[in-house]
Amino acid sequence: MADHAAQAVNFAAASKAALQDSELRGNFRRAMDGLMTKRAVQFADGQEWHRMRALAASVRLRALSKLPELLEQLETNLTRNGIQVHWAATTAEANAITLEIMRKANATLAVKGKSMVTEEMHLNAFLEDHGIEVLESDLGEYIVQLDGTMPSHIIMPAIHLNTKQIAHLFKQKIKDAASTGEDAAALTDLARRILRQKFMNAGVGMSGVNAAVAETGTLCLIENEGNGRMCTTVPPVHIAFMGLEKVVEKLEDVPPIISLLPRSATGQPITTYVNMISSPRKEGEKDGPREIHVVILDNGRSSVYADPELRDTLRCIRCGACMNHCPVYTKVGGHAYQAPYPGPIGKILVPQMEGLAKRGEMPHACTMCNACVEICPVKIPIVEIMGRLRVEAVRPGTAVKDAGAQASRTEALVWKGWAAMNSSPLAYRLATTALSTVGNAAPASLPLLKDWTNVRSKPRFAAKTLHDLARKKGIPDV
Amino acid sequence: MSDARAAILGTLRRTRDAHPLTPPPSDFAPLAEKQWPPEERLPRIRRLMEAVHTEFLEATEADWPTVVTDFLTREGAATLLYAPETIDGAVLANAGPGGSLHLIPYDRPIDDFKQQMFEGIDAGLTGTLGAIADTGSLILWPSAQEPRLLSLVPHIHVALLRADALYDSFWQAMRDGRWADGMPTNALLISGPSKTADIEQTLAYGVHGPKRLVVVIVR
Repeated sequence: MADHAAQAVNFAAASKAALQDSELRGNFRRAMDGLMTKRAVQFADGQEWHRMRALAASVRLRALSKLPELLEQLETNLTRNGIQVHWAATTAEANAITLEIMRKANATLAVKGKSMVTEEMHLNAFLEDHGIEVLESDLGEYIVQLDGTMPSHIIMPAIHLNTKQIAHLFKQKIKDAASTGEDAAALTDLARRILRQKFMNAGVGMSGVNAAVAETGTLCLIENEGNGRMCTTVPPVHIAFMGLEKVVEKLEDVPPIISLLPRSATGQPITTYVNMISSPRKEGEKDGPREIHVVILDNGRSSVYADPELRDTLRCIRCGACMNHCPVYTKVGGHAYQAPYPGPIGKILVPQMEGLAKRGEMPHACTMCNACVEICPVKIPIVEIMGRLRVEAVRPGTAVKDAGAQASRTEALVWKGWAAMNSSPLAYRLATTALSTVGNAAPASLPLLKDWTNVRSKPRFAAKTLHDLARKKGIPDV
Repeated sequence: MSDARAAILGTLRRTRDAHPLTPPPSDFAPLAEKQWPPEERLPRIRRLMEAVHTEFLEATEADWPTVVTDFLTREGAATLLYAPETIDGAVLANAGPGGSLHLIPYDRPIDDFKQQMFEGIDAGLTGTLGAIADTGSLILWPSAQEPRLLSLVPHIHVALLRADALYDSFWQAMRDGRWADGMPTNALLISGPSKTADIEQTLAYGVHGPKRLVVVIVR
């Protein structure tokens, strides 16, 4: 069995390739511009925005402040409601739990609504290795699955493709696609016909969870397409996957999240469906699954939680707005990150989950422009955490997995030299004089300089240092 | 996997206790302030829902069965699935089918007629618990009498909305109705027909759920 999680990643090379792809860049630019504009319309009332996000942030912080107790309360209430709860420390454990449920249900086909946690698990590939078909039913996920790739955005998985490319893909992979042409409505209708057959026949339906309410034992899911409702209502067994941070304390805590998530994500006042599930089919009810399972996944989240500063990463409600506003994401696209979560939230979450040895590059792909922080509906200090991870990457420590993985002797030496130069007036004067007289003779092709001068002109040292100029003006050295 | 449970909860408790977190108070005022004068609620709901292709019909308690069956006949629907054990369902059955429309009762478990449900039903009729002015959303609590798939599988979902059952916000509906005291198997907000923008941001309606949502305002 292939270890799907262990594939090598090369963010820098993938970004470089993405930057050369003008069609891809066009697709992202158009989509992100549209999403930013639509979001801004929803938050035209600045007062309302500030107060609502303060409320939503307080809801998430309160949940994190009582996280172990709320998870226990959630488990108690879900169990009382007839929902079975499973705990998984790792993605391997979560996959094994899922396989066992599928086997007990004698199911060979599962339909899945959007779930980013199952992307973390590489669940589809795992189950396929065990002879089980998993069909993605969110249209974007379905397209990505047909294409054999992964989502490039957590809300709009196929945003990297345009209609023409999708029509071409359908024509290649689906035999009745000949007549659909390049019309989005016709392509959507074709997917509807194919997937309805699958909803009808699947033994298991799978979904994510947007919020799990400890007080009532309720799973909340939001979506536009109706595939989430199909997956959680038609098949006889429903498995819901959630990261352990998804719990909220009270039912009343759900409306603030529902109010901000769709507005931030896609600029719509609300999603078509808000689906709240509190129990499997009861005696006398005519539909709904007879069994519901909830898989609560850790996968590194408890280590993120351990550090009081990094813990804020877990406030996230997965709206994806940070991606839409990120100048780096917009240019390199989602696939370059080669991670389940791309963009700003991915750059702080994935290195903490998978370690800085594998993901140390991610926190560096940030201009620290703070756009993501300004629009985050739960006020995650993304850029501060990014800075912290950059330090963790070069300094051996215990807070983050593989801390110090990127420590480099050369870099340490350069900084040591820098410190020495700046802490002695004599050394400083000698160094600046030397650079202003012979610095410009250094060729642009020098090993370290080359990375900069490849795409930019070489900076020139001024003939006179600032100190010289100041002294000339009669300003004393002191 | 009870080992995982103990380990996870142990880590969370230990690290939280080492670095406790004091959350700011939750001020629900911005939700409580979302209010509209009673006469503005319905027009707002209509405007928001029409913006996402919801259709509206006007009716009274006396004539809504005719309004519904006439509309569906006109639109070429041949079959209407309904909930015979609800009051609305009984009223509809009493009024009888209009024209060529066949009334099909949802009176047995889905397991016995899945194929027909998916392939032989044009429209489904449900009631609602009301609607929400803030976002333009219908509230549904499906039940043993009025099952969940009625509002999901048929291509046209017809929903009855009593004109006096209007709320300002989801938060208000939840508090006034004391939802936290006892949640049903499934509670739903529905704000339009099924839709997607997954193909190059182009809105397309009727991807997996109903292609059309028709709200009948009953006065």
